[in-house]
Formats: sequence, structure tokens, C-alpha cells
Amino acid sequence: MRRRGPQTLLLHAALVATSLASLTPLGWMAAAAFMQPGEANALPPHLLPHDPTLQNFVALFTRLDMARAFLNSAVVTVLATVLSVLINAMAGYAFAKLPFPGRDRLFKRLASALVVPAQVGMLPLFLLLRELGLVNTYAGVLVPYLASIFGIFLVRQYALGVSDDLLDAARVDGAGELRIFAVIVLPIIRPILATLAAFTFLSAWNDFMWPLIILSDGHMATLPVALAGLVGEHVQDTELMMAGSMLTILPALAVFLVFQRFFVRGIAAGSVKG
Amino acid sequence: MRSPLTKRSPLTKRSPLTKRSPLTKRSPLEKRQLRAAAWFLAPALLLLLVFFFLPVIAGLLLGLTDFDIYAIGSPGNARFVGVENYARLLSNDVFWRSLGNTLFFVALGGPLSVAVSLGTAMLVDAKLTRLRPLFRTIYFAPVVTTLVSVAIIWRYLYHPRYGLLNHVLGLVGVGPIDWLGDPHWAMPAIVLLAVWKNFGYNMLIFVAGLQAVPAELYEAAAIDGAGGWRRFRHITLPGLAPTFLFVGVTTMIGYFQVFAEPYVMTQGGPLGSTRSVVLFMYEEGFRWWRIGTASATAVVLLLITLAGALLQFRLQKERA
Repeated sequence: MRRRGPQTLLLHAALVATSLASLTPLGWMAAAAFMQPGEANALPPHLLPHDPTLQNFVALFTRLDMARAFLNSAVVTVLATVLSVLINAMAGYAFAKLPFPGRDRLFKRLASALVVPAQVGMLPLFLLLRELGLVNTYAGVLVPYLASIFGIFLVRQYALGVSDDLLDAARVDGAGELRIFAVIVLPIIRPILATLAAFTFLSAWNDFMWPLIILSDGHMATLPVALAGLVGEHVQDTELMMAGSMLTILPALAVFLVFQRFFVRGIAAGSVKG
Repeated sequence: MRSPLTKRSPLTKRSPLTKRSPLTKRSPLEKRQLRAAAWFLAPALLLLLVFFFLPVIAGLLLGLTDFDIYAIGSPGNARFVGVENYARLLSNDVFWRSLGNTLFFVALGGPLSVAVSLGTAMLVDAKLTRLRPLFRTIYFAPVVTTLVSVAIIWRYLYHPRYGLLNHVLGLVGVGPIDWLGDPHWAMPAIVLLAVWKNFGYNMLIFVAGLQAVPAELYEAAAIDGAGGWRRFRHITLPGLAPTFLFVGVTTMIGYFQVFAEPYVMTQGGPLGSTRSVVLFMYEEGFRWWRIGTASATAVVLLLITLAGALLQFRLQKERA
């Protein structure tokens, strides 16, 4: 049995206090999203809606075309996740298990570019995509998400643990390299692919600067970009803005809650081995 | 450019398969694997080359030109101007102000986030703590939220009249503060939001670090009669040194890139007190289409980041 004493009490008081600080802004958002117009500015503040309503969400979808932004975000995020997991898995596996001259030197060079901030290439990338006619297209917003050095790094470190004997045995049995990858390797490295998928999903869903640059047309805007535009015109409509924020945050939060353990693993892999 | 990351990774050293003499003839199996490697790597490497490495190199070059709105239509209009963009940046007050604001954000937000992360990690990791996974999840929740959304939420929390924060402060007798409207308070307010949003990430890393500190050390110290503070000072802190290094430098590098918070909450105001380097770059590039100076600003950001990475590498080597 653990000893219960003032120490335990103090510790849990601190835990609860910090948790409250962590959750209050999100809790207030969730409450305000269901308030009547103007109620969020009541004094003293209402912590819960007195007369809950869905009209803010209805307004987002009917008057303000947030449905389209939601669709844009969903399409971009799902495509980014599926494609980038596949592309990075293949590259990471090759770096780990398929020998070729200069492989490890190439990988080191690649990993050293991890420190380069994405913003450094953003202007030229925009100009390039403009030349290619990809401004305001899904393809345009997707391209920088598809291959990621960090993703390749994660997969490679994990794939190093795949047994060579297993792969060689499959080769002796006459399996082709693509078949070996699809049938043997992919199932083994599935946990790290889940980690990568979870990370990619969140970073694509939450990303702001790149979509802001490449999707200037209102119809193509993802949720964060649409929301940032909305707050310019509707800053007085607190309840409406909170409904929009909630609509944007909820999918991210849901994905996190479902895939939580994969996040923990990914952060540990990125920091300790980094 | 050799970055610290190249030398740091101990994991790149173990593949005996690649060590082969170039003179020996390749077997059919080796040829097959070589072909497979090419096909497996091609998509990722091509994408990185075209959409990452080339743009970065182009950015370095564009910083040496006067590329502007007229050059976008016909790139032939751009001229090579050497370091003129950099000279112009150095004499631009708005740039210096942005750099100063960013340094302030990093210098205040960095240590504050790391301290909060460590504090909460110790709470979560304490032996007596119940419901550990629940608290860990709660602390991490803000990390996964959308930055634009939480910046909007905090904009309302900071409202001088109706905001929840001033209401709570009012209860304890602190007068209303115009958080985002007062040039002295706007940046600290953004720092507070950033700390709230980010501390959970480093908290997880600290928890992993704390668990790596041998429990016997604490037991021995307790037997020797060392109190809580002395155990923290002489066992926990030294045990966490590598974690501190990693967390400190990655947080610093990340905070130098602050953009969405001021974009959404203050548009860089009031009086330019929250304009960050990246926001300055965005405005130069995408509002005024001064691609040359914007690219030069990006290069400054790159240099700062490389300096941070180099610092990490040096400190790590010193420790080893």
C-alpha cells in the first residue's frame, strides 16, 4: 500500500491545478461554441452555455462555406498521410536493408538536412509551383508533405531491426523484392508506420503557413486558413469563431486520443536516438 | 555543409553489407537489390530534390538578386545584386525590430517552456502519482491542437474587458491588462500561449529522461539523508543533462520560427511589437513581393538555426 500523507495530497493538488490550466482554454472553447450570440461576452463570464444552441455550427456550414474548408482539409490530410507513409516506408526500408554503394553516406547527408527550416525554401517553392500551374490545387499543397527526411529516418531506424535471415530466406524461396517488401517487411514495421501516419496526419491537418501561401483562393483553403480569414471579418462573433475552432481541433484531438501510444513512441524515437 | 546530425547518429554505423570492394563483380542477387534500392528510393529522393533541396538552394541564390513583382512575370527582369539585400536588411529598422522581438520570444519562451515541461514531467513521474496516463494525456492535449484555432481562442481569453484571464485576475485584485493591445504585454501574452501549447511535448521527453536516471542513486541519497532539493540538484539535474541539451536546442530552433501566433492574434502589432522574423519574411515575400529581401531573411533564419545546431553539437561533444 502506498502511504497517503500531506505529500501525496500536495502532489495531486499540483497535478489537478496544472491540468485545469491545460484544459480550461479548450473547455471554454467547447462551451462558447454552443452559446447564443453575445453570451460569450457576458459579465461575469458564463462557464457553460445557459441556453445551448447549434446555430453557430449551422451558420458555419450554411452561411460560411466551412464545409468546403473541412473537405479540403480532409482530402489534403488523408492524401498526405497515405502517400507519405508509402513513400517514406519504401525509402526508409531501402536505406536500412537494400545495399548499394554510398548508401550510408547518402543517408547521413540527408539526415544533416533535417536542421534546415522549411521556410527557407518556401518562396522559391511557391514560384516553382506557380510555373507548374499548381497554385490553388491539392497537388500544390501536397508536394512538400509527401517525402519527409524525418519520416525516412524513423522508418530506417525501425527497419534496421528486421532480420536479414528472414529476407534472405524469402529470396531463396524466389520472392521478388517488391513482394518481400509488401508481404514480409510492411507487416513487421507496421508500428512505426502507424507512428508516422499519426504524425503526418496531425502536421498536415494543423499546418498553416504553407497552405496560407499556396491556397490563396478561398474555395481551396484548408480549415486553419479559412479560420484565420474568418476571424478577420467575424472577430465580434466570439461564439461563431469558437465553433469554427472546435470544428478544426476536434479531428486532431480524436486522432491523438485513438493513436496516443504511437505518438509517445515517435517522440521517444525522435529525441533519444535523434 | 556538415551538420551536427551527421556525426551524432550512432545508428548509421552498422551495415556491413555496404562494405564491398568496388573491384569485385556484382552477383545477380546484388544487382537485383541495387535495382530494387533505386526504385524504392526514387520517389522520395526525387520529391525531396525537386521540392525541398532545389528550392532551398534557389532561396540562397534569390537572396543575391533583386527579384520582385516585375520578375515574377518574366524572371529575366531580376538582376544579380550581390549582398545588397543583406545590406538593406541591416539598415532596416523593421527587420531589426522583428529580430529583437523573436529573440525576446525565444529568450523568455524557451526557458519558461523547458521549466514548465520539467516541472510537469516530475509531477507525472513522481512515485506517489495516481492516474499517470490521464495526466500525461491532459498535458499533451494542447500539443495536438491546431495552432490557428488556439491562437484565436487565446485572443478571446486575452480580451481586456470580456476575457476570462482578466476576469480571473480581477478576482485577486489585479487590474485589467490590455494583453494584446499594449506593446509591453503583447509579446509576453504570445509567449504564455506558446508555453501552454507546447510544454506537453517536452514533458514527454523529460519523463523518458527521468526514467533513465537510476533509482539506486535516489535510494542511496535518501539513506545519506539528502533532502528533496539536494536530490533534485545533485541527481536529477545532472542525470537529465543530455535531455536538457536536446530539449533546449530543439525548442530554441522551433521558437525562432514563430509565425502563426502573431499572424492570427496581433498581425505583428501593436506598434510592431510582435512582428517575428518569419512574419517579416512572409510580409516581404507575399505581401510586397520583395522576393530578394525575403530570401535574404530566410537565409538569416537558416544561419541562426545552424548556429543553434552547432551549439548543440559542441556541447554534446564536450560532455562526451
